[in-house]
Amino acid sequence: MTHTAFVLASYGVSIAVLVALVGWILIDQRTQRLALQELETRGVRRRSEARTDNAS
Amino acid sequence: MTEAVSKAGRWIDLANPTRFINFAGIVLPWLVGITLLVLAAGLWMSFQAPDDYQQGSTVKIMFIHVPFAWLSMMCYTVMSISAIGTLVWRHPLADVSAKAAAPIGAAFTALALITGSLWGKPMWGTWWVWDARLTSVFVLFLMYLGIIALTRAMDDAAKSSKATAILTLVGFINIPIIKFSVDWWNTLHQPASVIRMGGPTIHPSLLWPLLVMAVGFTLLFFTLHIMAMRNEIWRRRVVAMRRIAARSAERRGV
Repeated sequence: MTHTAFVLASYGVSIAVLVALVGWILIDQRTQRLALQELETRGVRRRSEARTDNAS
Repeated sequence: MTEAVSKAGRWIDLANPTRFINFAGIVLPWLVGITLLVLAAGLWMSFQAPDDYQQGSTVKIMFIHVPFAWLSMMCYTVMSISAIGTLVWRHPLADVSAKAAAPIGAAFTALALITGSLWGKPMWGTWWVWDARLTSVFVLFLMYLGIIALTRAMDDAAKSSKATAILTLVGFINIPIIKFSVDWWNTLHQPASVIRMGGPTIHPSLLWPLLVMAVGFTLLFFTLHIMAMRNEIWRRRVVAMRRIAARSAERRGV
């Protein structure tokens, strides 16, 4: 009796879930980076950055 | 003494979100590389390992199932430590850490349940039994889902952080229950065979691949956690900057 199908299914599901998790984190990373870039090009500054700008 | 103070100072520096982002930028490329190397070595060792005399080839499922199960508990422990950070020091980075870890922990717990089920069918003759170990891990999975829902239920992160921290700490009671469930109750799930008094009961030919895979997946957890934390810090910055932009647009309108 062979159990290869169960072993392959376990590794297959694990790879699929982990790829989805990594993919989701990478997509989120891209979304946030683009949003920050867009705000910075519009000239929006965070309060802490604005304070440093005024001080200098 | 001075060294201890400066060391503590360095950790506090890291808890500054901007410093954390710089730290993540430096550490992540190395961490990704080491994780991939260790996981590749672990996979190679797993496929080279002999079949178990009782489990046959299904022992290969153990090389991923056991690390997933360990990590499901370690991730919750990380979240509980973060919850203490939120409640005691009210540090925003602690809440960022807890929120970022929850989906990763949920994924590892789901994988522990799925791979366990796929091992149970050929070895036990059943996909699932409601024994103490399986049920307590299923409860852990539900707790992760509850925490994920709570962290994303409110627009303002500061409002949900305290409630999430309390829920996380209350749920921590489940971790020792999971660990000792196999000793306290008569379970179909086997008792501990690696982390136990008197040393592991597994033959080195199967123990080494398991340990290397466990190290690899632990590194993967920390890599993903740091990445998700950085994303969360950026997300909060975007929200804060959009508010500033909206306010200044409003002022200009007046």
